[in-house]
Amino acid sequence: MERVLELAKKVAEEAEVFLASVTETPVGFEANRLKRLETRESTSLSLRIIKEGKIGFATTTKLGDPQALVRMAVDTAQFGVEARFTFPSQQAYPQVEVYDPGVEAIPIEDMVELGDSLIAKVRDHTPELVCEAGVIKSMGRVRILNSRGGEASYQKSFFTVALEGTLIRDTDMLFVGEVESSCQPIMDLTALTDIVTLQLELAKNTASVSSGQLPVVFTPRGVRSAFLSPLALAFNGRMVVQGASPMVGRVGKQLFDNRFSLWDDTTIAYRPASCPCDDEGVPSQKTVLIEKGIVANFLYDLQTAALAGARSTGNGNRGRGGMPSPSVSALVIEAGDTPFEEMVRDMKEGLVVEQLIGAEQGNILGGEFSGNVLLGYKVEKGEIVGRVKDTMVSGNIYHALTELSAIGREAEWVGSVIRTPALYCPTLAVASKG
Amino acid sequence: MPETEQIRHLISHAFKGQHADYIEVRIEEREASRIQYRGRELEETGRSTSLGGNVRALVNGGWGFVSFNELDGLEGKVELAVNQARLVGKEASSFASVAPVVDMVEPEGVKDPTTIPLAQKKSLLDEYNEIIWSTPKIQTSVIAYGDAAKKVIFANSEGSYIEQTKMDVSLRIAVIARENGDVQQATMSLGSSGDFGFTQGLQHQVKEIAQRAVALLLAPHFKGGEYTVVLDPVLAGVFAHEAFGHLSESDFVYENERLREIMVLGRRFGGEHLNIVDGAAIPGFRGSYKYDDEGVPATKTYLIREGVLVGRLHSRETAAKMGEEPTGNARALDYRHPPIVRMTNTFIEPGKVSFDEMVADIKEGVYVKNWYGGMTSMEMFTFSAGEAYMIRDGRVAELLRPVVLTGNVFVTLGNIDAIGNDLEMNQGGGCGKGAQSPLPVSNGSPHIRISKCLVGGR
Repeated sequence: MERVLELAKKVAEEAEVFLASVTETPVGFEANRLKRLETRESTSLSLRIIKEGKIGFATTTKLGDPQALVRMAVDTAQFGVEARFTFPSQQAYPQVEVYDPGVEAIPIEDMVELGDSLIAKVRDHTPELVCEAGVIKSMGRVRILNSRGGEASYQKSFFTVALEGTLIRDTDMLFVGEVESSCQPIMDLTALTDIVTLQLELAKNTASVSSGQLPVVFTPRGVRSAFLSPLALAFNGRMVVQGASPMVGRVGKQLFDNRFSLWDDTTIAYRPASCPCDDEGVPSQKTVLIEKGIVANFLYDLQTAALAGARSTGNGNRGRGGMPSPSVSALVIEAGDTPFEEMVRDMKEGLVVEQLIGAEQGNILGGEFSGNVLLGYKVEKGEIVGRVKDTMVSGNIYHALTELSAIGREAEWVGSVIRTPALYCPTLAVASKG
Repeated sequence: MPETEQIRHLISHAFKGQHADYIEVRIEEREASRIQYRGRELEETGRSTSLGGNVRALVNGGWGFVSFNELDGLEGKVELAVNQARLVGKEASSFASVAPVVDMVEPEGVKDPTTIPLAQKKSLLDEYNEIIWSTPKIQTSVIAYGDAAKKVIFANSEGSYIEQTKMDVSLRIAVIARENGDVQQATMSLGSSGDFGFTQGLQHQVKEIAQRAVALLLAPHFKGGEYTVVLDPVLAGVFAHEAFGHLSESDFVYENERLREIMVLGRRFGGEHLNIVDGAAIPGFRGSYKYDDEGVPATKTYLIREGVLVGRLHSRETAAKMGEEPTGNARALDYRHPPIVRMTNTFIEPGKVSFDEMVADIKEGVYVKNWYGGMTSMEMFTFSAGEAYMIRDGRVAELLRPVVLTGNVFVTLGNIDAIGNDLEMNQGGGCGKGAQSPLPVSNGSPHIRISKCLVGGR
């Protein structure tokens, strides 16, 4: 790395080298039994330079040829974007716990056993269920060096347990599942199996809803599938700088329900998205995006922050060693005070959405979501009566989240990107067949 | 990357003394460049190179897989994969036999797009950006251009050794218009298996999408419900891919008794006019290749013929387990992943109905064109149209806000009541499955009409 930085400094005013390596050990189960063991190792080295004021970028997995990497970066810099920022010099980083040596120490045999017991538990409830599962441990290292003396490095561990079950009756297919991840070993599967067995229980009967405007409760998983993408895009500093986000010019305005608060936080201990700094070496922080319904801030990396006249929020993330760009790391929606059961009891006729598919394909930039209810339940006179099918829910987050009937009391992590309670929308468009 | 002879020697040496039912090694070297504009400005130019590989081993029905960037110590990696597989395996392996192949495949008559100077690519994109920005009310836009050339070496313990060079070019343009807090967008997505030429001469299309994004700001919202819909070739191609293609990937089916019952060959899915095909052996598209990532020669497979399920897509393992022939559909996104069953070029064969005839007897319906994306859960699928128009009294009428269509594959294929005579292939697609996305594929279809299709709206 030092060698690349040296070479780059000879041809450019500024340079930054980013090295990431990961070793991942997935244990895969198919059709209820162990199917494969894998080891995946990868290392990538990226170079970003500022030459004659313009950004050049190149990345490689060939660590042995620093000259070629520098040459490629110089090649792109002639057509590069004007750099509006400088690399951060030496910083004080917050202490964020993201490494647990216990993860690496878990023997493969234990991971196999964990997967077996996970499948056994949910099939105990529904023996005909056909499960795919994965238990994955991984260890990663990141190191960043730049020509301003900035340097950051950290080590991170991950552990993920995932299950997807399929239940088929004639041509009716039911999909249930859940994923849990942490930087620490996950040995207690109760939360995961509780969610899946509840899904199976509630989906036992089928029911149909009428088309029209209906109240809809989104479970934490439902919130993720309907709202995550439009929210992530709306608060992305890049969309804001371009004027493309409907949030532009709305800071300080009450656009959402006055109980709705949202922030991005990479400092939470042992969460997979946490880290001491982002991929540009900017310290991690908690960034409030919506405070009691009022738009507060956006997520920036160095370049977009400079363009917006703001400070980087430490959201310069790189997908697989690529060029940094601002993105959501870990969103948190603040929990409210209403128990889930109370929301259900409140509905005369309504819908509980656990999973939408296709919701992310419409005009998400405009805040729209429209998806097929892959897993969801009909509520009749305050009771869940069965699973709905052939049903679409559509809306726009700028209407749907403006006035909520209630916010759930318990927030849950859904995957690694969002922690959310259930959200109860008073009325949404539901289109149903039959 | 080391020379062919050296690599062959290295690999065969690493296979020696290992006891497995099957072992394969893939080594991949890739060069890529990308240029992205956001708004008026160039946002990103970057180049990348990568070198990496993997070993996959099968022992007693269990799989081991090791991927790496460092080619040194291949023997140890083969040994690790074999040991992993042995730890898993508890039954006899099922793996369809395929004759070993030794072959070197170079793309024919295509100039490596990564060798075209950045300056030339940039000046073309500059011109398109000018066209976009000469349209009023445009808030921002994205032009994303990418090209890649990769050489993949495949060798297995049965004596196959294949080198294939593949190229890929893609261009995606999105134009975003905004007025009074309302944001609308129009997009186009194109691609090729190496030919840079398709990126040229798009001035008219670029202008058209810029104008459409603005027009959408004034378009009315659509009332959701069941309608007769007419799909253009692009969207109908996505429909064939999402609604049916994924269901014919045998890795979903082969170990699930109930799915095997549902997907039994001979089952009727649609009318006599319906034929759906997938095949990498059809040359010239983004999903085309000579051998898949298990070294199996590509084929052309009828999935549905005259409305009846007649075939499905296989890897060597799924083919053996289901007692069918391998189809050469095992594909890996790159060296970091094992091959899984994937589509290649998927299309609905043309019928006899003209577009005018198709629309003529629709009193109130929807004409949907282009795509944002699509997704399937096997039974249920959704796909979103980039463009939608009402059909009133047999005529295409006003532009609507974008709509999402959804349905149940077992019902919807039977509800296709007209198939056009105007097959077109679309090359802009990238398919995702598991963690492996986007894999280059192509989709195609003529115009088709579906009765009683559920369309989302408010």
